[in-house]
Amino acid sequence: MVSKPRVPGLLKGLGVTFGTMMRTFKNGANTVQYPHEKESPPIRSRGVIALHEGNCTACMLCARSCPDWCIYIEGHKQLAPPRRAGGKPRQVNHLDRFDIDYALCMYCGICVEVCPFDALFWSPEYEYSEPRIADLLHDKAKLGEWMETVPEAPELEAGAEKKK
Amino acid sequence: MNVSVLAIEIPYWGQSLLRVLGGIVAVLLPAGTIVYVFLFKMMSFMQSRLGPMEAGPYGSLQLVAEVGKWMQKEDLAPEKADHVIFKIAPVIVLSSTFLLVAVVPFGPDAWFTNFQAGAFYAMAVGSVSVIGIIIAGYASANKYSYLGGLRAAGQLIAYELPMVLAIVGVVIQAGSMNLQEIVVVQNTGEIFGWNGVGFPFVITQFVGFGIFMISVQAELTQAPFDMPIAESELVAGYMTEYSGFRFLIFFIGEFATAGVFALIASVLFLGGWGVPFAWFDWTTIDSVDDWMNVVGPLIMFSKMMLLVFVIMWVRFSYPRFREDQLQRFAWKVLIPLSLANIAVTAILKVAV
Repeated sequence: MVSKPRVPGLLKGLGVTFGTMMRTFKNGANTVQYPHEKESPPIRSRGVIALHEGNCTACMLCARSCPDWCIYIEGHKQLAPPRRAGGKPRQVNHLDRFDIDYALCMYCGICVEVCPFDALFWSPEYEYSEPRIADLLHDKAKLGEWMETVPEAPELEAGAEKKK
Repeated sequence: MNVSVLAIEIPYWGQSLLRVLGGIVAVLLPAGTIVYVFLFKMMSFMQSRLGPMEAGPYGSLQLVAEVGKWMQKEDLAPEKADHVIFKIAPVIVLSSTFLLVAVVPFGPDAWFTNFQAGAFYAMAVGSVSVIGIIIAGYASANKYSYLGGLRAAGQLIAYELPMVLAIVGVVIQAGSMNLQEIVVVQNTGEIFGWNGVGFPFVITQFVGFGIFMISVQAELTQAPFDMPIAESELVAGYMTEYSGFRFLIFFIGEFATAGVFALIASVLFLGGWGVPFAWFDWTTIDSVDDWMNVVGPLIMFSKMMLLVFVIMWVRFSYPRFREDQLQRFAWKVLIPLSLANIAVTAILKVAV
């Protein structure tokens, strides 16, 4: 089989790069200049995990299901006032420590999935790099601060089964 | 010999000093401009991004930052390397660039040396850089560097030949090897009695021009001819073990040589520094006005930028050749084509 002459293809290749250059001149680049302008991350982005402390019962499901063992939970049992007047005081788990080591975390999201009380949320925030690796261990207070950045849950898709 | 530039008499030592300074400027200024305009900006735009934007307005001082970075890096050499040769090698590569620019005329009096055999000299010193590259690869005591050096040797020798043969056509047509005379012949020539644009040799020697530019591309080891520094196979070829200042010399050498080869191509094929002499009623080189010594370098610079644009455009557009394709292209296509070009040129020269 006689191969076709290659020159037109070569010229076409030059045309592609030249066309892209002229387009960048006219319309600007496809990239953004990051520290000055930012693109909003897509919905359901996995940036950082936020902790809603009031919902957490220190049940340890997230810590046990974490593939990297990067969640550290400590708690103790204590008595809480009864729900109704005259009732017995309730025994509850009080959360003493809830740390996520983002130097280990691989953003699989299993902890968020597995949490039975909706205490963990994904936040799209991604700018939390630190000069010291130890500072990547976010404690309870810091994980709580991330709650402010958690967006509203997006609308369910049409026909999706509603969770009860 | 007394030369007057803009009606100022300059003594011989002054001229020599000016020429040495001019040589440094003629190597480093194009290199810096090429790196910024083409490597940083044009490549970025062709990839739909902006390139460096932070250092200086539109990133124009990025190169200064890069040079500063390289200068402060440690000058490493592998333990088993041949230290003396390892350290000399980049200097040889860069010195071939400086030797090459010495022969390029920038104006009627703005030349560094006026060799009679200028074209021959340019081709001879242009291949000195091959030696620097081979010994850089060999002295690194690294198999990737060694393979890169060998590939560079094979490639540069293979493409040296069509380059020399492509120039022969110009030399035959001009009847001289002196680059200054080649410029004069092109600018005093006329096309069928019409002398509006002179007679740049690219019109008749377009085959030679094409072969020359392809060979320059290969000689500079720019893509698609960058087998010697193919990063997916050889890390960085002969440059693998170099760091800091010596890597910087290789880097400057690569882009300065691109500029100088573009200057030589513009002298040989595009009419060099001259404007068509008929525009100002000049007849010979002695009747050219002195202001050409200032305008000439500017004309050369713009022609250089045009040719380097083409070189870089091709570099950023095409993927890399395979080693055997690269050799086959040189030996089976370019060399026969350039030999045919010489034969046709010689026959026409005698016949017409």
